[in-house]
Amino acid sequence: MPAFSFNDTLLLATVLFSVGLAGVLVRRDLVFMLMSLDIMLNAAALVFVGAGARWHDATGQVMFVLILALAAVETAVGLAIIVCLHARGRPTLDADTGNLLRG
Amino acid sequence: MGEILLPLIILCPLVASLVVSVSAGRMGACAIGTVACAGVGLSAVISVILSVMLLSGPATDALRVVLWPWMRIEGFSADIAFTLDRVSMVMILVVTIVGLLIHVYAAGYMRDDPGIARFFGCMTLFVAAMVVLVLASDLLCMFIGWEGVGLCSYLLIGFWYDDPANTAAARKAFYMTRMGDVALLCGLLLLATATGSLRMGTVLAAVTDGQLPPFSVNAAAALILVGALAKSAQIPFQTWLPDAMAGPTPTSALIHAATMVTAGVYLIARLHDLFAMAAPVMAFMAVLGALTLLMGACKALVQSDLKRILAWSTISQLGYMFLALGCGVWQAALFHLMTHAFFKALLFLTAGAVIMRAGHEQDIFRLGGLRHAMPGLTMAFVAGASALAGLPLVTAGFYSKEMILSGVWHVHFGLTREWGLSGHPLWGIALLGAFLTALYIFRCVFIVFCGKAGTRAVGRTSRLMSIPLGCLCVLSLSGGVIEMPDTLPRLHLFSALLDPGVPLSHADEPIWLVLAGAIVPLAGLGVAWVLWGRRVSVMREIPGQAAIIRPARDGRGMDVVYDRVFVQPLCLLVWLTRLDIADHAITGTGRLTRAASAGMFRARAGVVDMLAIRATGMARWADHLPGQFQNGRVRWYAAWIATGLCAGLAMVVLS
Repeated sequence: MPAFSFNDTLLLATVLFSVGLAGVLVRRDLVFMLMSLDIMLNAAALVFVGAGARWHDATGQVMFVLILALAAVETAVGLAIIVCLHARGRPTLDADTGNLLRG
Repeated sequence: MGEILLPLIILCPLVASLVVSVSAGRMGACAIGTVACAGVGLSAVISVILSVMLLSGPATDALRVVLWPWMRIEGFSADIAFTLDRVSMVMILVVTIVGLLIHVYAAGYMRDDPGIARFFGCMTLFVAAMVVLVLASDLLCMFIGWEGVGLCSYLLIGFWYDDPANTAAARKAFYMTRMGDVALLCGLLLLATATGSLRMGTVLAAVTDGQLPPFSVNAAAALILVGALAKSAQIPFQTWLPDAMAGPTPTSALIHAATMVTAGVYLIARLHDLFAMAAPVMAFMAVLGALTLLMGACKALVQSDLKRILAWSTISQLGYMFLALGCGVWQAALFHLMTHAFFKALLFLTAGAVIMRAGHEQDIFRLGGLRHAMPGLTMAFVAGASALAGLPLVTAGFYSKEMILSGVWHVHFGLTREWGLSGHPLWGIALLGAFLTALYIFRCVFIVFCGKAGTRAVGRTSRLMSIPLGCLCVLSLSGGVIEMPDTLPRLHLFSALLDPGVPLSHADEPIWLVLAGAIVPLAGLGVAWVLWGRRVSVMREIPGQAAIIRPARDGRGMDVVYDRVFVQPLCLLVWLTRLDIADHAITGTGRLTRAASAGMFRARAGVVDMLAIRATGMARWADHLPGQFQNGRVRWYAAWIATGLCAGLAMVVLS
């Protein structure tokens, strides 16, 4: 008997995803946006883990490891972009100012 | 021989006409006159030769020449063909000889006129057309001459075209005769459809054999009669002839004596077999002739223009001829036509000479006492006047008029089986007409030549003019002795010449009939002497005469009728046409169409424009909208992705 039922897991994952999405949409700060993305990824990972526990399959754990790696890489690239922007002379973390590609 | 000579009668005046017309302005007046007279004279000589040849043969002999076939179609054929028989021989002699005398006279009369070439061109053409009319043996060929005569009369009446009155008179003559020509053509076409040919012999044979239904015969005769009435200026077509005095005097002489107005009489005399089958038409013609002769005489009695008196007297004398034709004594009509040609030509030519020498004064009341100044002309005019009045024994008019009168006396119109019409009232009218004839012509003689001197006479009559006058004098005094009533010496050359088989109409007439015909002109002469000839004129003292004379003199009565019947409806039509309802309708439609098309164009342009502008706007907006999405803000992109994801999920889940 697990501590959480699968439904509770999914509910938690949804809440987490929603929080992450809201963070991405609402916060202007690039660092916070990266953090929110990580939260969203973690929500997805949580679903995998919950599913693995539900169907007693180890693949869910594997997928979590993969997502963990993906999150690390994504964070690394995002931070690199921020640093790069700093190096180019844009000392700001506001995502809305970086809209040179607007139509 | 005869076959060659016969076309030459026509060809000579025609060639003369061509030569004179073409050479206008290059030949002198003398040469022109010579050529014209030579043309007509040659044709007169040939006519005499042919007449002698014809008379030497048997009576039924006739000279026939077919020059060329005119048309050949299914059921109808016509030729250019000429015939010289006894009837056309008499006519051709009158036309060419009187025509020649008038031409000789005209050569002197028109010597100083600048348009002499045109004048003689028309005159000779006139004679040529008349000769065609007389000689043609095909009615369609005759119609050529008929129309040619009408055309030449138009040209000659309007010869002095500077004056609008003259051209109006010419037009009037043309229109009036044209109305009759239409009727004549209708009659000819009726005959052509009934018999398949217009050759006179064929037509008359078909009619006398009874091949045609009586209605066709009557209709054709009536239509031809209308044509003849118009040509001969009978009631109701009489109005053109007095106006035709606008032309030069030799023209008037030619029209009245030889060529134009006699054509109607001649045509009916030629077709007398046809008319003999149409009894109602004959009776109608006789009554119309009697009325015309009475009306013409009354009109002539109140005219003051010398030439107009003669014009009305022509109408009156033609009335006699139509009376004779209507009574079936066509020989008498032809005889009177011949004598009338002589004395009417004489009267006109003399009047022309008188008017010329009196300084172009035509009013008889301003002339006067001319017998001392021009005794020769006076004698000629008196000779013509006595012939016109028909003074017994010594003049030609007496014999011809006597022949008509006796013919009218014997006639009886059997209109239906039990109901007929006696000729006696017509005889009375004709006798009254004879009295009036003597009255009006001697009124003219007494006023012009006797009495107080009026205008002064100048110059003298040239020999060229006096010689024809002399010849005509002789003819009009003695031309009648070839035919006499039985009570006088038995001499019937003329009727024997025309038709020896037919018993004479005046062979057995009572002597008082001849006496009446002889006394009446004398009575007219006496009354005229009492009224106008004596030193103290009775006429001046008769009260109230102006009230009668003035309306009668104008002769407007018939003109008013024509005005009402023909002219005013035409004017109305012209007025209506000038308003041009159809044109207005078309123009209106066109204008409406144009307005509608403009409106539609504008509407279409508006709609298209509006659509285009809207479409452009929408396109621009639609172009702009995706641009809005591309605002470069990452968060918005993320929001859209999330929205799309939500929408997709919702669709999958809810569907």
